[in-house]
Amino acid sequence: MHRAWKKYTTIINKRWIPYLYLSPFFIIFVVFGLYPILFSAWISLHDWDLSTSPWDMEWQGLANYEYILTDEWFYRALYTTLWLAIVAGVPQHLIALPLATLLFRLSNRTRHFLFCFYFLPFITSSVAISLVFSSLFSRDFGVLNQVVSGLHDWVVFDIQPLAWLFPEQAIDWQDSSHIRWTIAMVVFWRYVGWNTLLYLSAMKTIPEELFDAAYLEGAGFWQQLRHVTLPMLRPMILLALTLSLIGNMQLFEEPFILTAGTGGSGQAGQTMAMYLYATAFAEGDFATASAIAWLLFVILLALCSLGRRINQKNNG
Amino acid sequence: MTKSLSLFSVHQQGARLRFIPACCGLLGITLTYLVPVLAQATTLTIASYPNFDAAIRAAIPRYEQLHPDIHIRLVALSFYDHHHAMTSALATGAGLPDIMGLEQGYIGRFAHSGGLEVLSAPPYNALQYQPLLVPYTMAQAQNEQGELMAMPADIGPGSLFYRQDLLAQAGVSLEEMTTSWENFIQSGIRLKQKSIYLVANASDLKDIYIRIGLQPGEGIYFNQAGQSLVRSERFVRAFTLAKQVREQGLDARLQIWSNEWAESIRSGHIATQMMGAWFAGHLASWIAPESKGLWRASQLPAHAYASWGGSFYAIPRAAAHKPEAWDFIRFMTLDTDMQLDAFKKLDAFPALLSAQQTPHMAEPIAYLGQQQARLIWKDAADRMPSIIPHQHDAMAAEIIRKQMDLVLEENKDIATALKDAERQIKRKARH
Repeated sequence: MHRAWKKYTTIINKRWIPYLYLSPFFIIFVVFGLYPILFSAWISLHDWDLSTSPWDMEWQGLANYEYILTDEWFYRALYTTLWLAIVAGVPQHLIALPLATLLFRLSNRTRHFLFCFYFLPFITSSVAISLVFSSLFSRDFGVLNQVVSGLHDWVVFDIQPLAWLFPEQAIDWQDSSHIRWTIAMVVFWRYVGWNTLLYLSAMKTIPEELFDAAYLEGAGFWQQLRHVTLPMLRPMILLALTLSLIGNMQLFEEPFILTAGTGGSGQAGQTMAMYLYATAFAEGDFATASAIAWLLFVILLALCSLGRRINQKNNG
Repeated sequence: MTKSLSLFSVHQQGARLRFIPACCGLLGITLTYLVPVLAQATTLTIASYPNFDAAIRAAIPRYEQLHPDIHIRLVALSFYDHHHAMTSALATGAGLPDIMGLEQGYIGRFAHSGGLEVLSAPPYNALQYQPLLVPYTMAQAQNEQGELMAMPADIGPGSLFYRQDLLAQAGVSLEEMTTSWENFIQSGIRLKQKSIYLVANASDLKDIYIRIGLQPGEGIYFNQAGQSLVRSERFVRAFTLAKQVREQGLDARLQIWSNEWAESIRSGHIATQMMGAWFAGHLASWIAPESKGLWRASQLPAHAYASWGGSFYAIPRAAAHKPEAWDFIRFMTLDTDMQLDAFKKLDAFPALLSAQQTPHMAEPIAYLGQQQARLIWKDAADRMPSIIPHQHDAMAAEIIRKQMDLVLEENKDIATALKDAERQIKRKARH
């Protein structure tokens, strides 16, 4: 009896032990990952107010999606998000690539030392960053406007040579014509270091012989960058661009704090994530907010697929 | 030395051996008496937000002394976090407290959620206390069926705070400025000549004006039948006034509660701020303590009376200890001493009328140049009209704010903005 039991448990152990070891991840994933995702999809098809139990929600079909797709604020938020994704995202890579190449050519010690400075904004709290930039960009008390004003007033031989370039009036960086640029600048500044890290890591995997051969062929810095580094980095560029796209489409903290949660004048700084948040918590409409989240997911999926196809076409 | 040490160790060990049973005995005796007490004690969970939580915190020792069988657990989160947490708790039915503190801006949504106890129904019968409380504040916590969903604790009668020195500098008198909204704007033009802004943001005028002159049965954004009122003359006039102020360059174009706003108030660039009575405390404590004696309070322009904030207590329908919760709410809202205590310590203007009939009301306020400002606020509270809340008030306010923004920032036509607002409200309120 004892031997049979032992044999039985040994078989059980052998068969189930891998699942047992994997189970903590799956349990946590199902409870905190899969269930909320599926539940949000479910409520996006219903009308749900605070008092209704999830089992008594009223079926709405695609009405919440239809509502969003005909809401002008959705398109404004989508435009702002895409604008920021391009204006804040593209320069990150245009700077990060040559920067990573330069750092790559330096000695280990100098590279690590310099890299710390570039990476520092990424590991600093986004709330702290946004608060500091809010102060810098303050219309009446900000350092930036004081610099602009100082340059306007700069006098050389009784003339103000920069008066035509810098305005006399303080610039309102929070108004509808400036707020997107302000947000884009903060986002760009924050994520350049992260993209530099990605490219630098990828460069370390490029065989040294390729650079040596290019050097012997007489290729200079830019030629090596164009003909060796960039082609070899293509998979990483695609990954970095995809990560930037996903990150920028979900942009929330920086615009939320810079606009004090309002989206700024004329909602010019309201991103999709902020629009979602306002729908859920300012208006108390969780069902529509869930529908926005799913639409954002579909848009992201489409954009990522597009990027992948373009890359495949170029490779092919 | 070694010997003496070892002797001491033996002695110490002996003492330790005697000490352990003694401790066990004491623990046993303590547990014998304490466990039944702990088992009997009811833990009342209260969720609140700053500074409303301070009133509860101050009341806990006295309440627990009066009710030894009750233990109060206060959970305080920041203002928005608290209301978001309560929204989620009601939606999911999980993590609900026995009592929740609610601010006026959220009361409409929560009162209509169906997740709160109806306090006007038995066993509470809270409407019997209506004569004891400021009339307009009870109406704020009622739903369309007239059911009372929360008890008012404090109110925020609106007031015009102004820098008397800046007005004097521009040659503007208070009487002249507050007679009408036109005069208010004219005063702003004179202040501008001295490089002083009339208000922080032009939309402040809209926020006041939409609360004035409501017809019986009307809320701010909806009538009793739930129809939108945002295209009424009230809203057209409110938007027009705000636009006039912006076009004349009389507002500082600042977001309220922003750092720039606080700095502009502090440095004397803004002459007036319309806000609830509680704003005096904020001015004195952190915004501009150095401006002591320079600020004054008055009624709003054009004899307008508007409410800015106010706090309420509600009991969730799924609360575990409803009778105890109701007893505590009555203690906080109907006990004159408690209301007066919160008034003195926290500047929480009492909703209980008896707490307004005390000498404290007539005491001069040093920060406001020894002005008897509380009497002004009491007068405003007495004259405040009752405004019927609607479940979609918060949503409508957000839509109107966005349209006001477009009018001020992008010069959108007012009639078109209000038409768009109405269309959006109707669509949002489709459920």
